[in-house]
Amino acid sequence: MNLFSRFYYRLHRIVKTIRLYLVISGPGIIVMLADNDAGGITTYAATGARYGYELIWFLVLLGPIAYFIQEMTVRLGVVTKRGHAEGVFEAFGPFWGWFTLIDLVFMNWLTLITEFIGMTAALSIFKVPPFLTVIMVCGIMTIMVLRGRYWTWEKIAFLFCALNLVYIPAAFIVHPDVSQILRQGMVPHFPGGFSGQLFFFLMANIGTTIAPWMIFFQQSSVVDKGLQEKDIPWGQLDTFIGAIFTVLVAIFCIVVTGTLLKGVDIQSAAEASIMLMSINKYLGTFLAIGLFNAGFLGAICISLASSWAFGEVFGWAHSLNQKVREAPWFYAFYFLTLFSSAAMVLIPGAPLVLITLFVQVIAVTLLPAILVFLILLLNDRSIMGKHANSLFQNVVSITIAGGIIILSTLYVLSVLFPGLFAA
Amino acid sequence: MRSLLRKIGMLFHLRMEKIREINRKYAHPRIVTRRSTGVALFALRLYLIFVVGVLFYKFFSLVL
Repeated sequence: MNLFSRFYYRLHRIVKTIRLYLVISGPGIIVMLADNDAGGITTYAATGARYGYELIWFLVLLGPIAYFIQEMTVRLGVVTKRGHAEGVFEAFGPFWGWFTLIDLVFMNWLTLITEFIGMTAALSIFKVPPFLTVIMVCGIMTIMVLRGRYWTWEKIAFLFCALNLVYIPAAFIVHPDVSQILRQGMVPHFPGGFSGQLFFFLMANIGTTIAPWMIFFQQSSVVDKGLQEKDIPWGQLDTFIGAIFTVLVAIFCIVVTGTLLKGVDIQSAAEASIMLMSINKYLGTFLAIGLFNAGFLGAICISLASSWAFGEVFGWAHSLNQKVREAPWFYAFYFLTLFSSAAMVLIPGAPLVLITLFVQVIAVTLLPAILVFLILLLNDRSIMGKHANSLFQNVVSITIAGGIIILSTLYVLSVLFPGLFAA
Repeated sequence: MRSLLRKIGMLFHLRMEKIREINRKYAHPRIVTRRSTGVALFALRLYLIFVVGVLFYKFFSLVL
């Protein structure tokens, strides 16, 4: 009886802990899975097709990097109860504030266009015309925010996060050689030596893993959800689990294209889906659905990140817990961003390829600034108190930020001047 | 037409007033300015000048 009661007590405690986690979880998992957006899936599919399994080790390395950056936003959001945009204004003054805000909103708008490009391309495989895709997506996104609760929005977003895992069963369908994956993918090396093209792929993978909007989104999301200081470990766990999922999705996506399309030069995930359909109908369908879902997940987070940032700075009511009547400017900005970016995709002859490239270029003007501000804020004990960065956290975060700044700058230089690293 | 223009002008004026208010509100940065903070922000300015310079160079070399 004593054993039974002890077992019951432990079980009850575990169930209670899981319940508590499920209540607090959300921002970390959503931001990490939304990180595998349409651009991300395209990058992974192209990486797998070009190098097979040989760059999987690099994606495994990117998981902890994404975790360390995003974890800082949890602490900052919880302690300051402010979004990142407002935090930058308050800590660094109007010059850096406006620079960050305008850069973010512009970059998010362009990124949103790339998400719509991905979604329309994915559904065009199933003969759905782009205008119908755009109307459908805008409709769902409108309903999601007009439900009037952050909780509802988050749970619907969770459903789309679950759909992001479609690449895992897809990878099992292709029956990859696991020993080959471990042998080729888990040992760090540069396939074919370090070349300009390899560098381009490595940088593209970094660019899809760490994006400026993620920092703004998670911090605002943590504030809107109302997490308290006692919830910080749960927020960190949430981010950690999200980081594992984001790496898993990336790896399984690479396994799919690396198994069946190795050596094929593909330009987009939609192109890979069409190719895979000719090999296995279900596999191509999985990839296309995954691409649409990735674009959608990215779109719902990015559009909110902009509205939250603008609302914080302009002092508008800016919570999903408020109705349209209570936060009109917040929702007006949300719909303006959403509809204008959706309309761009439908304009005949719009420079969509140029926009996709431009996103990467703009990101490099914003990302270093965001990372520097993040580390400075996390080191200010008058703001962070006992939650300020420790020496270890500083060593890791400064190393990561320094590495990302150098590499992303080199990446943009290689985009702007393609011949620079050709040798 | 004139009333519409006046309304737009009013809206613009209100937005500008709001921006001025934000500038006043955040005029004094809260961050504790240590040597490392100053160095980091200075390096950031230099970096941005470099990146913007490269972007302008690329833009004008394409256009001209």
